[in-house]
Amino acid sequence: MAYRFPALTAEQRKELSDIAKRIVADGKGILAADESVGTMGSRLQRIKVENTEENRRQFREMLFSVDKSINQSIGGVILFHETLYQKDNQGKWFRDILKEKGIVVGIKLDQGAVPLAGTNGETSIQGLDGLSQRCAQYKKDGADFGKWRAVLKITDQCPSNLAIQENANVLARYASICQQNGLVPIVEPEVIPDGDHDIEHCQYVSEKVLAAVYKALNDHHVYLEGTLLKPNMVTAGHACTKKYTPEQVAMATVTTLCRTVPAAVPGICFLSGGMSEEDATLNLNAINLCPLPKPWKLSFSYGRALQASALDAWRGKAENKKATQEAFVKRAQANCQAAKGKYVHSGTSSSASSQSLFTPSYTY
Amino acid sequence: MPQLYPALSPEQKKELSDIALRIVAPGKGILAADESVGSMAKRLSQIGVENTEENRRQYRQVLFSADARIKKCIGGVIFFHETLYQKGDDGVPFIRTIQDKGIVVGIKVDKGVVALAGTDGETTTQGLDGLSERCAQYKKDGADFAKWRCVLKISDHTPSPLAILENANVLARYASICQQNGIVPIVEPEILPDGDHDLKRCQYVTEKVLAAVYKALNDHHVYLEGTLLKPNMVTPGHSCPFKYTPEEIAMATVSALRRTVPPAVPGVTFLSGGQSEEEASINLNAINRCPLPRPWALTFSYGRALQASALSAWRGQKDNASAATEEFIKRAEVNGLAAQGKYEGGGEDAGAAGQSLYIANHAY
Repeated sequence: MAYRFPALTAEQRKELSDIAKRIVADGKGILAADESVGTMGSRLQRIKVENTEENRRQFREMLFSVDKSINQSIGGVILFHETLYQKDNQGKWFRDILKEKGIVVGIKLDQGAVPLAGTNGETSIQGLDGLSQRCAQYKKDGADFGKWRAVLKITDQCPSNLAIQENANVLARYASICQQNGLVPIVEPEVIPDGDHDIEHCQYVSEKVLAAVYKALNDHHVYLEGTLLKPNMVTAGHACTKKYTPEQVAMATVTTLCRTVPAAVPGICFLSGGMSEEDATLNLNAINLCPLPKPWKLSFSYGRALQASALDAWRGKAENKKATQEAFVKRAQANCQAAKGKYVHSGTSSSASSQSLFTPSYTY
Repeated sequence: MPQLYPALSPEQKKELSDIALRIVAPGKGILAADESVGSMAKRLSQIGVENTEENRRQYRQVLFSADARIKKCIGGVIFFHETLYQKGDDGVPFIRTIQDKGIVVGIKVDKGVVALAGTDGETTTQGLDGLSERCAQYKKDGADFAKWRCVLKISDHTPSPLAILENANVLARYASICQQNGIVPIVEPEILPDGDHDLKRCQYVTEKVLAAVYKALNDHHVYLEGTLLKPNMVTPGHSCPFKYTPEEIAMATVSALRRTVPPAVPGVTFLSGGQSEEEASINLNAINRCPLPRPWALTFSYGRALQASALSAWRGQKDNASAATEEFIKRAEVNGLAAQGKYEGGGEDAGAAGQSLYIANHAY
């Protein structure tokens, strides 16, 4: 058990740690704009826009071309592979546009869920093959962080021990490979909100899952200071009849994190998982006001909860650009305030921002 | 995997959490006075005193008769079984004397190390049989916390995966049983300083061991807020040719803890493991001045490093008792300051304070 084989040099560690800290500095969070082609299809279908590469490019351009001051709320953007290689109307790479605004560029690295035989519909995630070479290329092309989403669900028998161990292990392999190539891995072990379980049940499962994840990261020699965590908040299942306040969600969530996430992790960026825009902001705010120890930054990595109003305003029409961008900037600023515990609920929210964005059994 | 079987009720959790917080209240640490009969033999032979029950009683009386100055720097005292049922010359049980000073009473509950077959001289620790009944009795008799020491060593091939796993598991079983009986478990996975390994090696091993310990505690449903950790500081081996400053030791120690000890743990009470009294204080002080964020209390649970000067002053003579008590109070106050990063270092060392207290391969 000799300490003869350090995974990273001191310089590599510093680079990773600096990137991670930059992403979550000063209340900044992440825009998760890495929807796969299929998932963008669902988004666009809701606003009756055809799912073409050009339409996807146009919508992303709307978001990325907002004023530079967005860099006070957004520290990083996660891109899908296609988007990393797209340009704006003037022929400028999206990734350069983001970098010039001082925003760190990230890339989704996993290749989707695959079934675990012998389980009750549970999955692992594929994407490890050739991952090192892919990471090296993405790093060359401007990415500084990666993201990989594992999925667990709650039922009477789930998540099973196998699902927990397997997903923790594959997350750790992905994280290790990322770091070897100078990419900060965002580790996302999502426990989905489908089901009628109460908040205590979600807390119990989340604690088990996160404990397994951090044991696996330790086993795989992952440098925690150069990672970020993207977990679910601890909430009741969507079909649970009991309702909980943001303070209850916050207490359950922060308690879970206190029991499982080492202080060396610089930032925790929650997924929104189908919460409405407003709920995602209110909950994040309550989390940052929770009176328990919080040695990590507690911020956001939102997809739907940053883009729902913007999509609604856009509806595929170029003339709606201003309204689209305003809607996006407003949510970004709100969540930045929430990440500092300073969000003041405006009272009047657009119908899109209060609407639940829950899609049952959301795979991507 | 439903949360149908909570290990503890909310009331039990609160009681445990309150006890733990009292022990590690700001500026306070633990006096480890739980030397077994065999260990006391070594201490007493060094000062030419016979190892009789009466002498052991007299010696503990020297420590326990410390005046009210002790209240602000000692939060807990760990007893050996024999001592728990002894009285002072005034007929007052030692337990009462300690409790009357507002100090929490603890009890060593392990029964020493036993060999792990097929390893290179590695061990596990026994004592689980009938532990629940013993804990219930100790709780009735006035103890509110317990301590269990596991031992690991560093060499080319150790600690082995088996030693790490087995000791982590037995610590978790012990912790679980304690909590069922209202007793706060101090979890002690000591990595011995024997050997010529450098600081990095000790840090690496410490991280592996602590990660395994916290995974096991999670697996066994142990309530972290109602536990304390008693680890080694991260130091080079005793025969390592390189010397390190207290700041380097502090940085290595705090880094290791940040990567493995969840923020929910209220306090880390370091063992002194053969460091001299002064070294143990200076290192603890440096740890509390380390610039890395530290979400747990970082204090002491010292045996030799609180008692060496007192033993030396006493030499078994009743006439020396109050001078000896003064020596103990002095070290306790110094460590109380060190636990807050407020110790200004001692240039003027008493002879015993600077002397290394290292005994090769310290089993107990």
